[in-house]
Amino acid sequence: MAILINETTRIIVQGFTGKIGSFHAQDMIHYGSKIVGGVTPGKGGQTHLGLPVFNMVKEAVQHAGAEASIIFVPPAFAADSIMEAADAGIKYCVAITDGIPTQDMMRVKNFLRRFPKEERMILTGPNCAGTISPGRAMLGIMPGHIYQQGHVGIVGRSGTLGYEAADQMKRLGIGISSSVGIGGDPINGSSHRDVLALFEQDDETKVVLMIGEIGGPQEVEAGLFAKEHMNKPVVAYIAGLTAPEGRRMGHAGAIISEAGESAAEKVAMLKDYGVTICPTPASMGATVAEVLAKI
Amino acid sequence: MDIHEYQAKEILSNYGVKIAVGGLAYSPEDAVQRAREIGGRIWAVKAQIHSGGRGKAGGIIICRSHDEVEAAAEALLGKRLITHQTGAVGKVCGRLYVEAGTEITKEMYFCLLVDRSAERIVMIGSAQGGMEIEELAVTQPDAIKKIYIDPAVGLQDYQAREMAFALQMDADNMSHAVKTIKGCYRALRDLDANMLEINPLVTTHSGKLLALDAKMTFDENALFRQLKISELRDKTQEDPRETAAADRGLSYVGLDGDIGCMINGAGLAMATMDMIKLAGGEPANFLDVGGGASAERTEKAFRLVLADKNVKAMLVNIFAGINRCDWIAEGVVHAVRKLDMKVPLIVRLSGTNVEEGQRIIAESGLPIITAETLAEAAEKAVQARNDVVASEA
Repeated sequence: MAILINETTRIIVQGFTGKIGSFHAQDMIHYGSKIVGGVTPGKGGQTHLGLPVFNMVKEAVQHAGAEASIIFVPPAFAADSIMEAADAGIKYCVAITDGIPTQDMMRVKNFLRRFPKEERMILTGPNCAGTISPGRAMLGIMPGHIYQQGHVGIVGRSGTLGYEAADQMKRLGIGISSSVGIGGDPINGSSHRDVLALFEQDDETKVVLMIGEIGGPQEVEAGLFAKEHMNKPVVAYIAGLTAPEGRRMGHAGAIISEAGESAAEKVAMLKDYGVTICPTPASMGATVAEVLAKI
Repeated sequence: MDIHEYQAKEILSNYGVKIAVGGLAYSPEDAVQRAREIGGRIWAVKAQIHSGGRGKAGGIIICRSHDEVEAAAEALLGKRLITHQTGAVGKVCGRLYVEAGTEITKEMYFCLLVDRSAERIVMIGSAQGGMEIEELAVTQPDAIKKIYIDPAVGLQDYQAREMAFALQMDADNMSHAVKTIKGCYRALRDLDANMLEINPLVTTHSGKLLALDAKMTFDENALFRQLKISELRDKTQEDPRETAAADRGLSYVGLDGDIGCMINGAGLAMATMDMIKLAGGEPANFLDVGGGASAERTEKAFRLVLADKNVKAMLVNIFAGINRCDWIAEGVVHAVRKLDMKVPLIVRLSGTNVEEGQRIIAESGLPIITAETLAEAAEKAVQARNDVVASEA
């Protein structure tokens, strides 16, 4: 099954004809993702990479049956593109764009909440590497070849640290059902907890690896969710042991500004909730292997 | 991005928030001139640095004559102030704000900020002003009022009134308090601020409501549409290495250790630093070179890391996705040759075109130590650092 995307998911690219959009669209097509077209306002009716270009997401839904979208639109216009996708009836959207203003994301989240839950678009990102269901479809900018198909779900904020985890697992012969990047921004489309809930419902996923970092309450909230609502084991690594308080470590959201936001505090709380902790970032694969062996 | 107190006050006064009369000074003569212009018999000379806790650090001096103002200005200008927020390095005071003295009858705390978990703006206030809110949250959590604002409709009058009552404002001051609170909210929203703090907000003997201090922090991602705000940046208050890095599109944070780092991706960078620590070392910096690490960018990153004279070994950890390991390897070889690097270098490459990257490093003939895995890279970096320290001893 995998979550969010598979080989039948009909995908469009917002910001399709730009340099970055084109590059990654080709990469996703090469991986086997079912890209059915793209949106660039003003270029509707043209053909790009052999696929139709639409002026509006609504048209892409109507004429190409688009279900999922990936956004490469610049930060100033990205919030608008996300809301356009939600309004057009897109079911799942990945926002790759880095640098969207926080208040824009507040507006986006508020806008999404207006839709009844069953009709509400799922958003992951922004500032993320996207989602991959190995062997089926890739909706992102990751190197697809490092992911082996299998039964471990991955959810994480960071792109390259997620690659590191996938690589460690591949070396141990462990495959992945889906890997979802939720992004490094303070306000994001889906939280760790939201993605854990999806993995809990997925028959193919047996264990979930959560890759978190300093700052914000999301990892701890996800830990509590795992304790109260999940039957599947959750393994976690929290990056930022050496990060000093009050300093932003690259990601806009990676800053210890309140009690409970440091790596050590998050690890202590997750342990209390029964989450298995990876003692080092080099042991993510090995820790998942141990947990898998006990099932 | 942080701004100074005087800048925040100027912004807020345009939004209807009352402030005491004051002026900016760059020299003791300026300061005396400002005191003359302000008039009266009591002034506060306040160091303008990007940090809270200035009072405790001796950065605010109350003066009762022009001579005292001059002496205070002489003492503060050029002084390095160390507060609980600046760390041991402190921040140098280059500007002063001279303000009319205020007779205070009551001090309150007020702030607005973006709450990550509620995904809304939250307004926080307390009638117990003058204290750090973190302390108050621990000692008297009931004394803190929190009100969340619906982003669709914004702050409503009844919410501002609820806050004013929580601040124990008099009925006489109610309409002004509501105006002040709403002004603060509009400033935060219109200008893409992440945080606005007035500590203390005071009432005076004459019954006025004044913002005695003001602090604002802005969303860096929104500066493209807040050009007037971005002009308020004071680079003297920032770590010059971090500013230089930001100007080159790199993300750098200086730390106290001696193993320099260059990594792609913020999460992998933090994880690599964790691994160094777990292997018994201390990282000298956080450095994310981002997605497209060209040879030019790699060289700039090397210069930045090696500018820190504490660095005794350097670790490069790249997981190439959009990048390619062969490009990174070429950049590294080029940088090592060009900069005539003296400290040991450990390189770990992974991902796209890894074999090609490793071949380029091996055939360069340079004394670069290579590693296959994250754990091996960190262990070799710590070992190399220890060897350097042992040979120096």
